[in-house]
Amino acid sequence: MDLRFGDSKPTDEERAAVDALLGPPESSWEGADRSDADLRWARGGREARNRRDLLLPGLHAVNDRVGWISEGALDYLCRRLTVPPAEAYGVATFYAMFSVRPRPATVLHVCTDLACTAAGAAGLCADVESRLAPGSGVQVERSACLGLCERAPAALAIRAGETARPAFEDEARPGPQGGPGAQPPGEGNGKGRRGRTTQRSTAVCAPATPDTAVRAATAPETAPPEPPPATAVPQAGDPALTLLRRVGTADPADLDDYRAHGGYTALRRAFALGPAGVIREVTDSGLTGRGGAAFPTGRKWQATASQPDHPHYLVCNADESEPGTFKDRVLMEGDPYALVEAMTIAAYATGAHRGYLYLRGEYPRALRRMEHAIGQARARGLLGDDVLGQGYAFDIEIRRGAGAYICGEETALFNSIEGHRGEPRSKPPFPVEKGLFGRPTAENNVETLVNVLPVLTMGAQAYAAIGTGKSTGPKLFCVSGSVARPGVYELPFGATLGELLRLAGVRDNLRAVLLGGAAGGFVRPDELDIPLTFEGTREAGTTLGSGVVMAFDDTVPLPRLLLRIAEFFRDESCGQCVPCRVGTVRQQEALHRIADRTGDGAADDIALLREVGRTMRDASICGLGQTAWNAVESAIDRLGAYE
Amino acid sequence: MTVTPLGIPRRLLEFTLDGEPVRAPEGSTILDACRAAGKDVPTLCEGDTLTPKNACRVCVVEVEGSRTLVPACSRRAEPGMEVRTGTERARHSRKVVLELLASSVDLSTTPRVAGWLKEYEAKPDRFGPDAARVDEEPRVDNDLYVRDYGKCILCYKCVDACGDQWQNTFAISVAGRGFDARIAVEHDAPLTDSACVYCGNCIEVCPTGALSFKSEFDMRAAGTWDESRQSETTTVCAYCGVGCNLTLHVQDNEIVKVTSPHDNPVTHGNLCIKGRFGYQHVQNRD
Ligand code: SF4
Ligand code: SF4
Ligand code: SF4
Ligand code: FES
Ligand code: FES
Repeated sequence: MDLRFGDSKPTDEERAAVDALLGPPESSWEGADRSDADLRWARGGREARNRRDLLLPGLHAVNDRVGWISEGALDYLCRRLTVPPAEAYGVATFYAMFSVRPRPATVLHVCTDLACTAAGAAGLCADVESRLAPGSGVQVERSACLGLCERAPAALAIRAGETARPAFEDEARPGPQGGPGAQPPGEGNGKGRRGRTTQRSTAVCAPATPDTAVRAATAPETAPPEPPPATAVPQAGDPALTLLRRVGTADPADLDDYRAHGGYTALRRAFALGPAGVIREVTDSGLTGRGGAAFPTGRKWQATASQPDHPHYLVCNADESEPGTFKDRVLMEGDPYALVEAMTIAAYATGAHRGYLYLRGEYPRALRRMEHAIGQARARGLLGDDVLGQGYAFDIEIRRGAGAYICGEETALFNSIEGHRGEPRSKPPFPVEKGLFGRPTAENNVETLVNVLPVLTMGAQAYAAIGTGKSTGPKLFCVSGSVARPGVYELPFGATLGELLRLAGVRDNLRAVLLGGAAGGFVRPDELDIPLTFEGTREAGTTLGSGVVMAFDDTVPLPRLLLRIAEFFRDESCGQCVPCRVGTVRQQEALHRIADRTGDGAADDIALLREVGRTMRDASICGLGQTAWNAVESAIDRLGAYE
Repeated sequence: MTVTPLGIPRRLLEFTLDGEPVRAPEGSTILDACRAAGKDVPTLCEGDTLTPKNACRVCVVEVEGSRTLVPACSRRAEPGMEVRTGTERARHSRKVVLELLASSVDLSTTPRVAGWLKEYEAKPDRFGPDAARVDEEPRVDNDLYVRDYGKCILCYKCVDACGDQWQNTFAISVAGRGFDARIAVEHDAPLTDSACVYCGNCIEVCPTGALSFKSEFDMRAAGTWDESRQSETTTVCAYCGVGCNLTLHVQDNEIVKVTSPHDNPVTHGNLCIKGRFGYQHVQNRD
């Protein structure tokens, strides 16, 4: 590889941001000043090229510090990592959170997705935009779901600056109530600290008003602090809970408190059982993946564990970007050690010594909590060379996503970690055979992994007794929209949709329920006796998906919602295959045309939608294109949306 | 001048193609088997010298037991597979994919597409006059070749040819996402400011004419490009000792472009800047 780098030089800040991640450059080949020795030796090559996976963290480093990624910064990063600039440019322009054009240091993401639209996001956006006109030093961006739907409408302010991140200081400081789970203010609020305003900061603002959103962007220290994660769990404190039982009762920053609440008993049992024993237990429990595909977890682990090729990897998919989903966020914020422990068990069972936690970029608090938990676990010998003194080595690395729904697709996620564009690969080969870095990889999402803890502590039989014969165990549901108590609910599989909605305080004038998120389907208010299981929803001609339940009352304009879903898929298509790249555009155009039409006036376009939708489902490479038409189709067929 | 190197003999596997039992060497794709059986499956992103990205999806076929259709160009044949190439379902997808493509980019210089559009009764116009198109001005920023992304179907062939499959220069990549995705050099700069070494291997593989010789581009603009008046002569490049094969395309006694035979086991259709573009001296008659 003979790489060519342009003439643009990084600024001192950009260089410092990259060097903070990669260490100082060692020779002029890597962008240091030229020395005599450089004329006689060349370094880099394979060694540097093997660090290609640091491209995404490098782009984050620059974007976090400066707010955008200049030519000079990109070229410098490429030089350090031996990555061709054209490829790095392709990666940088793939993600919504990066910009390759100059922009203000502060970006305010205002959610315009389903729950937020139903809660008045349009007005919020207009108001915020008028108050933060160009020149205000804040760029306002309309964004897809921020994973804060239970507190819609939502906004997220990100200010670039130097990161002197005393994240754990924040965590340790007693919050307003002083008790466990007490809340730190927004990350690095920067108030008074070093007296600088160039501190990097993030402020989550939900529910947002024009006033709080503007304050979060312009003066984060005056914005209201984020409520504790337990506020997203209406059942918090209920002793009958399994997966959510520690959220709000144990201090998410305190490892000892985690242990006092039953933490690390599952890992001890895992070591007692041995890897094969763990897999047997997980298989017997009937645990299936909670991300939507419902694949048996034990089978996936077995298939990975038995691959002769090494090393094996474990990847935790924490890139939940399905509109309406926020359960993984709540788990990571409210019970981070549980995920660390569960990942350790999964790695042990599948023979992996390195785990990647791919965490969506829009979750600043979950990131801090997980960083802290991993750091503490490492310091206490629960991660590292000798986990629990059992001679088993395992460590976790966090990788931050940068705003791309498609990176939740497992193979796109691998590409993203490896420093390539987050485009799905075609399968076969499957990840258990050739996954991350081309090696056997077990990939599970957060909720699936956290289920492994009760499987081991209560035993496979007891776990399998929860739920129904085919869908075993407890399940988390993200309820949002027109309900009195939106949030994450835990119910055994088999409860009905109506039971769940009553728990959440559904209102009388219910018009439609979106099940399974944007890739799922709508059901009618007279279908609330659908049992919430994989087989039950399938029988009812719909899907459970990742467990999203969005309720819409009759004040919500349905065509607008459908158009928003189509826009979402148009924006999030990776662009690799034609049915999805162009099909999502044609669908959005057709829905736009018929926004106010019904009956005969809409018939032609609905026929067109069906034809395109059928092709997308049949011929797209990955699940995004294959499911993009589901929700709209169900609205037409089940709700009679345009009749 | 075709040399077909004999590979290691491969085992044959058996499966069913449109109800007929067929045998194919292990490792062949469904498309290979279709072609061997004389079946015509349309393809765009597949190319004889590259591993297909299976991005265009015009080659989809039905495979028994598969939830979705399957790209024939990339899926390996497996023993016992039941493949059907001409079902209503497969034909429907091909038709809509062709419509989607033809409604979004200019396929006027893509060989064979007009025939497929007719065969599948595709009506690209039905998405209406306001359907979004990739409307881009051709980029003429150097004397050797022109990039006209208004014709690009994002088949990734040029990226693979410039990257790790052939040239290893990595001058181009896909930038952006979704409908806004485009082939671009670093920082979307002019070609002259990029890492491009002008080997022209990307032009060689481009199936749509989105990448073309400046000579061809100018002649098309002037209305003088006429393939029926062109002759092709394959000869050996005289510049260096590698000895690549060149195919000179000559119209009215002028070389109008240079390609290279893909079945040549040394070059597989690849050349360097001299062989590809350095032909002016031949016709310099002063
Ligand atoms: S279906 Fe969509 S998201 Fe998936 S590979 Fe194709 S273009 Fe990309
Ligand atoms: S420029 Fe040509 S080769 Fe490159 S992606 Fe577009 S159509 Fe394919
Ligand atoms: S094309 Fe280039 S490499 Fe090939 S023979 Fe000519 S000068 Fe040599
Ligand atoms: S946060 Fe706005 S819809 Fe989820
Ligand atoms: S030719 Fe097979 S997908 Fe393009």
